Order: sequence, then structure tokens, then C-alpha cells
Amino acid sequence: MNYTTKAVILCAGLALAACTSPDRFEGQDTGMSGGADAGMGTGLSGSAQDPQSPAYFQQSIGDRVLFAVDQSTLSREAEATLNEQADWLSSNPDYNATIEGHADEQGTREYNLALGARRANAVQEYLVSRGVASNRLKVVSYGKERPIEICSDESCYQQNRRAVTVLAARAGS
Amino acid sequence: MMRTMISLLAVLTLWALPALAQDSGPLRIEITEGVIEPMPYAVPDFVAESGAERDMARNLSRVIAADLSGTGLFREIPQDAHISRITSFQSPVQYADWRAVNAQALITGTVRFDGSDRMVVQFRIHDVFAGQELGDGLQFVGTRDGWRRIAHKVADVVYSRITGEDGYFDSRVVFVAESGPKDDRAKRLAIMDYDGANLRYLTDSSNIVLAPRFSATGDRVLYTSYEMGFPRIYVLDVANVGRRVLPTLDGTMSFAPRFAPDGRTVAYSLSQGGNTDLYRMNIDGGQSTRLTSAPSIETAPSYSPDGRRIVFESDRSGTPQLYIMPAGGGEATRISFGQGRYGTPVWSPRGDLIAFTKQSGGRFHIGVMRTDGSEERLLTASFLDEGPTWAPNGRVIMFTRESRGAQGQSRIYSVDISGRNLKQVETPGGASDPSWGPLQQ
Repeated sequence: MNYTTKAVILCAGLALAACTSPDRFEGQDTGMSGGADAGMGTGLSGSAQDPQSPAYFQQSIGDRVLFAVDQSTLSREAEATLNEQADWLSSNPDYNATIEGHADEQGTREYNLALGARRANAVQEYLVSRGVASNRLKVVSYGKERPIEICSDESCYQQNRRAVTVLAARAGS
Repeated sequence: MMRTMISLLAVLTLWALPALAQDSGPLRIEITEGVIEPMPYAVPDFVAESGAERDMARNLSRVIAADLSGTGLFREIPQDAHISRITSFQSPVQYADWRAVNAQALITGTVRFDGSDRMVVQFRIHDVFAGQELGDGLQFVGTRDGWRRIAHKVADVVYSRITGEDGYFDSRVVFVAESGPKDDRAKRLAIMDYDGANLRYLTDSSNIVLAPRFSATGDRVLYTSYEMGFPRIYVLDVANVGRRVLPTLDGTMSFAPRFAPDGRTVAYSLSQGGNTDLYRMNIDGGQSTRLTSAPSIETAPSYSPDGRRIVFESDRSGTPQLYIMPAGGGEATRISFGQGRYGTPVWSPRGDLIAFTKQSGGRFHIGVMRTDGSEERLLTASFLDEGPTWAPNGRVIMFTRESRGAQGQSRIYSVDISGRNLKQVETPGGASDPSWGPLQQ
């Protein structure tokens, strides 16, 4: 089952009212991917060819995962990305990470803050389940305050429904 | 210091005619019936007692007219249509001249500078067709730099005498001033008069600030800021702009703070482990009590005016909907049942209605419903409307409207609870998250 199908089923079960009307509040093609765009953590040192470098984490592994409308469930693609993130964090103990949860603009400000918190937490819990120490991970939600794409269409919204793992060198390392 | 001293002195008994307040006369607007035809009125420039007051006299009359006409309930007869001039505040009014231009209400006044910074404003409201004053003449004394407040107070009296409702012009709005592109928007807290005048910034734009809320007395503001890197709740003293962070649990995010009517209790959302619930704390004591305990999102609380209940937003049913619970927590009753998603409920200061944001049919709406969820009415529709706040008299709502697309920008709009008189509030740039304060004392 691909993610779109899964998302539609979830949506049908959880959000009937929002899914029965053909409006922009429901997901179209969610186009899940690990995403490897340059993100908030641009400017990290190292070469993307060096597997130990933050640049590799950000660009080759992918520093973000994307979510379906209103959802904080991790897709298989997202889990694949997070598996690699967990491996990288395990082999690079000099780095901690802050996971930033975001929402698209289709929602009220405060609800989206809570939704972003759910998404960031889903990533944190997954990384911990893959062996990353929980005290190396912090979460923060930006709700809809920091979109990465600014058009008002699903093509942008799907990039904004994201959780980004932002690396930070540990103090003293 | 911005404080303006305004005192409402005794009625001008010197001139008080035996004018009875009319309950059933022609000079009456019933707001609840939804006014179709605004009442025509005239407000000639106030009489300046010397040349020094001439500009002030004109400014006062223009702000009074802007207040009254801005409600949509009144229509000004333009000054160039007047056939009679008011050159003396004391002389009898030639009512026939005002009937001839079809002014039903006439407001006359005078202004006198007193000392270096004070001024004295006297005014009367006339029922033109009855040929007599509507109530007694009144006098306001205040500082000259607070002249707009005096004008608003005059307009509040006019509004109140003719509609039988409290006014709302001498009030302020705290909001988020926005600038910069959509993906790097700078936000700072600001305060302004209800009409957009006298804007003053309360924070700089170095951190994201969100959703300020006035206390019931308007002296303090709660808001959410990323100053510490995470959403945390701050309380700010409006007079001296001093602020402090409220103590909430480390490793959590707190947001959506709202004052209870007592001015000491704060309800808010706290996110921990991905789950968001409602809590409350005493703003001085700092001890928090949990109000909800569910795996769903609970946020956007708003107290009833008596402080006994809280309306809030929860997605426990699968989509965001509105619920009411006792102020101390406990069983919640769902009140929203229409098609769509409901958020940001705000209890009317009159206690009778709840305003909310609704998403349905691909659009956002501001709406109102009774506190049991009945009689839902949508007042607006656009790409993105959200975050209603009530005028102190519960008759007008301000909210945020954001335009679509990459160049999208937020502005503050207001609308009557009848759905009429939709208009933008003047702000120098982008503006969002208004919180309308009380009538000033």
C-alpha cells in the first residue's frame, strides 16, 4: 500500500467531515519523500560526500520528513529517512539535534502549533526507538510560522508539513 | 508615559433643558434588528473658543464622525451640505435648518484650551426632528495629546444614547505587527487605538511572537514568544512594557494563554511528549493545574465572562471542534456540530455568544453561535480568516484576514455580528492576532 492510499484511509477514519467535501483542506497527492532540500541548517560544515559530515546528513540522508494533512503518522519513506538519521546520529555522538515540527497554513495558528508538536514528537520517538539517546534530542514546534515554500497550493503545502532534524555540535566537542 | 487624564465632569446643569431621554422617539437605533438604513446625522466643526483651538475643533469633529459613520449605523450629512453654521455653542440651534438637510441627529460642541496642556470639551446631542436635546450636555477634560480619546468618548456617548448600548470607540487593540516575506516574517507585539491610531510597539522583532490577549482591565497582555527558543508564555505590563516569562515545565512548549476575568488565573496549552492539553496557573503563584487529560489536541481556551466555564478547541472527535467545560476542568460538552472544522472560540463579553474560526468548503469563516451551539451564523468567508476578538460591547468582531499566495499578507478586519460593515482596520503594515481591550476608564 503506498502512502497516499494509507493517508486517504486514515483520513476517512479520522476526519470524515474534512474528507467528504472536495476542498483544499484535504490532501491531494501527498508525494511523500525523505526530502533532501537545503533547509534551515544550511551552512553546515563538511562535504556531502563525507558520510561523517553534517552536510551529508542534511543533503544525502535528508534532514526532513513530510506528513499528510493533519497527520503525524510516519510514512515508510519517512521511516527510511529516519533510519539513516538514527544511524548517523549513533555514529556521530558529537552532535545533538533539535527536531522542528511544522504545519501548512491550512489551519488556525494555535492548532498548528500543537500539530507541529505532534509531528516533531513522532520523529523524536522514532529516533529514540532506533537507539538515539533521548537526551540528545529536543523538539520545538513552529506551527505555520515558518513555511519553507510560500505558494498557497498543495505543491507547497506538502513541503511545509514537515519535521526537520537540525544538528548542533555538542558543547565541548 | 502615554497616560491621559480624562475626567467626566458633572452634567452641564447650567444649560440642561428638561430634555427627556427618549425610549421610543425617532432618534433610536435598535442594533439587534440589523440596521439597513443608517441614521443621517450632522457634526459641524466644534466651536473654537479662540483661534488657538481651531485645528483641534475640526479634528475632534472629524474623529467623532469617523467613529459614528464607521459603525455603519450612522451616515454623516457632509459639511458642505449644511445650510446653517454653528458659531456659538450657547446660542439656540436653528432646528429647521438641520431638518432641511435631513439630519436626524446633530452633535454640537466647543473646545477650550486650559493651561499649557489641558483642554475642555463640551458637547450636546440634538434630536433634530423633535427639536430638542437628547439627554444633557456633557463636558470632558483631558490632555491635549489625548484629544483622540476625548473625541472617542464623545462618540461613545452619542452611540450609547441613540442605540441604548455601550460604545466601544475609546478602546485599544493589541496585535502582532508583521513585516517581511512569508517565509521569513518578522513579528512584533504592538498596541493601537481601535481605529488604528496611536500605534506603539511593545516588543522588537527579534523573536516570533504570537496571539496576544488583554486582561479584562486592559493593563496587561499575555502572549507567546520564542525568546527562549521554544514557545513560552509571557506577561507584559502595557504601561511600562516590562515583561516576564511564566513558569512552565522545562522541556515543554506552552502557548495559547488567556486571562480569566479575575486577572490572576491564566488558562493555556502545554505540549509535552507531542500531546497538547489545557492547564491553568495563578499568574503570581506559578503552580499549574491540569484541566484536560486526553491524547488529542486541546487548545485555544476562552473563559466565560463569569469565569465559571471555559470554551476550547479539541480534535478528540477526529477533527477540531468546540467544547465547553467547567473552569476547574471536568466533563466537556461538545457544542459545534456543523460541517467543517472549528477553532479559536472566544466568549462574548456579554456572555451570550461564542465567536469562532471555521474551515469548510475550502474557505475560512468567522462565525458566531449561542453558547449551546445553536443558531450558528457565518459572518465572513475568505481564503484565510481566523482569530476573532470581541469589541467591549459584544457587537463587533475583529479578526485576521490573510491573502492567498506567495505575496500573501495578513491584515486586521472588523465586522458586525450581523455580518454587515466588513472593513479593514488601518495599520502601517501587516497585522494579525488582534485582541480587543475594554473601554478605557
